[in-house]
Amino acid sequence: MSWLVPLPIVLPLLGAALSILAGRSRLAQRVIGVTVLTALVGVAAVLLVAVDRDGTIVSRAGAWPAPLGITLVADRFAATMVMVASVMLLGVLLYAIAEPGVERNHVGFQSVYLVLAGGVAASFLTGDLFNLFVAFEMMLTASYVLLTLGGSREQVRSGMTYVVISLLASTLFVTSLALLYAATGTVNMADLAVRMAELPPGVRSAFAVLLLVVFGIKAALFPLFFWLPDSYPIAPSPITAVFAGLLTKVGIYAIVRTQTLFFPADSRPGTLLLVLAGATMIVGVLGALAQDDVKRILSFTIVGQIGYLAFGLGLFTVAGVAAAVFSMVHHIVVTTALFLASGLIERTGGSSRLTAVGGMVRKAPVMAALFLIPALSVAGIPPLSGFVSKFALIDAGIVAHQYPIVAVSLVVSLLTLLSMLRIWAGVFWNPVEEPSVSIAAVAPAVTRRPAMMLSAAAVVVCSLAVAGAAGPLYGLSNRTAHDLLDRTDYIAEVSRR
Amino acid sequence: MTILLAACAAGLFAVGTYLVLQRKLSRIIVGLGLLTHGANLLLIGSGRRGNPPIIGFSDVGSFSDPLPQALALTAIVISFAVTTLLLALAYRSWMLTQDDEVEDDIGDRDVARASVLEEEIHDQETAMTDGVLDPAP
Repeated sequence: MSWLVPLPIVLPLLGAALSILAGRSRLAQRVIGVTVLTALVGVAAVLLVAVDRDGTIVSRAGAWPAPLGITLVADRFAATMVMVASVMLLGVLLYAIAEPGVERNHVGFQSVYLVLAGGVAASFLTGDLFNLFVAFEMMLTASYVLLTLGGSREQVRSGMTYVVISLLASTLFVTSLALLYAATGTVNMADLAVRMAELPPGVRSAFAVLLLVVFGIKAALFPLFFWLPDSYPIAPSPITAVFAGLLTKVGIYAIVRTQTLFFPADSRPGTLLLVLAGATMIVGVLGALAQDDVKRILSFTIVGQIGYLAFGLGLFTVAGVAAAVFSMVHHIVVTTALFLASGLIERTGGSSRLTAVGGMVRKAPVMAALFLIPALSVAGIPPLSGFVSKFALIDAGIVAHQYPIVAVSLVVSLLTLLSMLRIWAGVFWNPVEEPSVSIAAVAPAVTRRPAMMLSAAAVVVCSLAVAGAAGPLYGLSNRTAHDLLDRTDYIAEVSRR
Repeated sequence: MTILLAACAAGLFAVGTYLVLQRKLSRIIVGLGLLTHGANLLLIGSGRRGNPPIIGFSDVGSFSDPLPQALALTAIVISFAVTTLLLALAYRSWMLTQDDEVEDDIGDRDVARASVLEEEIHDQETAMTDGVLDPAP
């Protein structure tokens, strides 16, 4: 089965190359993009089933044994993430094709998007810390291009901030890689996990915090999140959707992976993570309440939700990490759905400012439903997936006797509901307060676009499926958390010759 | 030798950090370049030094560690590509604004506008109260 593991990386990259060659015909590019991502979903599904049944699958490039060669590792965590990510990538691509905008106007969109897909899959599957850096760069370079496609003044300004911050984080990553290599003499993750135990506890803690900072920038943890609400809303909506759904979660994935795999229980920065989680939640939700633009409100909401993921990890118990894994799946799907819905709002109303649009519940009832379902899910209303995720997190928090963070997360969840209701009231119920100039320009384009609605609806249905399959999914999260905290299985599988 | 490399890396980091905190895009880009150089130097310094690691060329025990050099090479290529992209963006930014200063973000601009508005209201109010309190002679 080990030949399956590189496919999620190789397929999108091959697709990207073909897509460049087929640049003359947008139709051919679309066929390539959709075929590759559909195949990716298939491969990911097979991989997930195989890994969950038979255990971790390791692929060694050129058959070189573990610490020497490049390894790709598909354990339950990686396989789950690749599965969810590939479904979302496909959904957003379909939306982008249906939307008259960025995909239609730029020859490079399809191929860059596929490189992004390959980068995301590579970050999940890599078993080597330096390759994680390369995968990050692949994903980020694609995201720089996607963010600034079009090259308007706002895009260049916010894109600049985004590129500079990301490059700084990458530089910090290379620095910590150098220090890690100097201290342990390896960059293979499983080997690092073994050799890290020989270091003095102080050095280990320093590495734990260094890696937390590096990935905290990508994951938008407090106080390293300032770039996110400024840069995400500027991009076209399908691109914002895929960034919001996937890129920050790749950062969180790297935090979970490195903190659980590299460090034994005594040098994991649990309390620090919990404090950061609380601060991230509070700052994110307060920021969301202060904004008056749908995309900016949602961007701050993502920051707040990242806090929940850090909360689950910071407990470092099986229940906590299981809740974090489940919440990651939930957040990927739900934030993607929310941003696609905000794209529909912008397209129908001509603006995403709360004051400039209004009364849409009559004009577009289906769109209202497409927004309301993920919005209520983010706020944690039963029976949606957000409720399951928050219930699991709070339950784990109470069992671990971390009452302050439980209290914070409950209050923040209420305020999240408030910020979602502000969007609901502003966009769907209230009349238009100050019609923006652009409405007149956009209004002729407001025709029924069933394909856009359908692709957004498909993602919303996925979020409902997460709620519907919460039982099996939570079981999978639980097994994943066991693997992550135990780590002997991962190390043994990788170092087996 | 390692201390020299570490000192060089420290110097590059210091200068790079200073430049990244400037408001001119050109300086930020140069600063990022210096920072990545610092990181790469550190990467090279993290391995063992010695003779070229070619079998038959010298004793295996005296080989230098080739892995950090390979890693540094990859990192250099990546930072090179990203810096090129950054330069293209900076050029675009200069074409659009005729200036290479980093603009304030939307939130900053709103806050600035609000404070200007507040100041104006405050000025008007003081003008009015001054008018009431100091009747014209």
